[in-house]
Amino acid sequence: MSERRKPEPVQVIKQRRDGVLRALVEGVPYIQFLGIQLERRGDELTGVMPYTDQLIGNPILPALHGGATAAFLEVTAIITLSWGLIWEDMESGALDLDNLDGDHLPRLPKTIDFTVDYLRTGLPRDAYARARINRSGRRYASVHVEAWQDNRSRIFAQATGHFVMPQRRG
Amino acid sequence: MVSSRDAQPVLLPFRHPRLIKSKTSREGPDRMSDKLKLARQFIQALPHSMALGMELRELGDGSAEITMPYDEKLIGDPKTGVIHGGAVSALMDTCCGAAVMSHPSNPTATATMDLRIEYLRAASPGQAITTRATCYHVTRSVAFVRATATDEDAENLVATATGTFTVEGHK
Repeated sequence: MSERRKPEPVQVIKQRRDGVLRALVEGVPYIQFLGIQLERRGDELTGVMPYTDQLIGNPILPALHGGATAAFLEVTAIITLSWGLIWEDMESGALDLDNLDGDHLPRLPKTIDFTVDYLRTGLPRDAYARARINRSGRRYASVHVEAWQDNRSRIFAQATGHFVMPQRRG
Repeated sequence: MVSSRDAQPVLLPFRHPRLIKSKTSREGPDRMSDKLKLARQFIQALPHSMALGMELRELGDGSAEITMPYDEKLIGDPKTGVIHGGAVSALMDTCCGAAVMSHPSNPTATATMDLRIEYLRAASPGQAITTRATCYHVTRSVAFVRATATDEDAENLVATATGTFTVEGHK
């Protein structure tokens, strides 16, 4: 019988995963500009876009700009997809955790097309989004993403996008 | 960027799209400055478009042209400096909405129902992006729009978009 390895201390795991996620998100200026954060529960990610006045597209209603909503969905889709790609290397130790700058992180997937379905007016308050990877192949991926505000079941926008996957080094 | 109160009344160009004519019409210096003022007000009414630095270049008869200068805060791929697709989406959405509002059928308001964007190539870092949208058909309740985006190499498209928009208060 093989010897059982002691499980890693929870703080080590959390530090590693949160560190990689932070590096992934903080490396992208546009994500910072929109103020989008990504919250993690295990490997599940939730995008959070806290409300700011600069996200408004219609000041009379007022309503979020469709472009801000589209960007939020696309950011959540791309980060969720990259997170899925990076996960294995991060957990196995193949990823150099001490050098998580732009040169060491894997390249991001490239959007081929993105179709946004606006279901309700985006209200002037925080928005949340979660992406589901329909298929993640060697070259292409298909991702669906949903966004809501007050009620999880009342989606205000959803999108489907196709992406070209970054080619692995070596 | 804060949405200033005084930005509100300038949704007006939306309701009077004919005030901004195409650049082919001959205009004196006074009309020209009026045109620039209205174009500026159009974007000022949209805080998010303002924050992205968009500038309305042309509006009228169901067509619009908007440019967005390159800015480091818009970068989506830090390795290449290429602008994030989301910023291009916001530009396309604004331009398509403007095209709907300027349609001769004079809608009083519009909202995006669906917008599909195809990213044909990466925009060159450092270059402004220009979009042109055409609202090619309007029914009592829906407007159909197409748009293209280019960088300074106007011959090669960066992205294309197709959208459907709601139409309110159609006359």
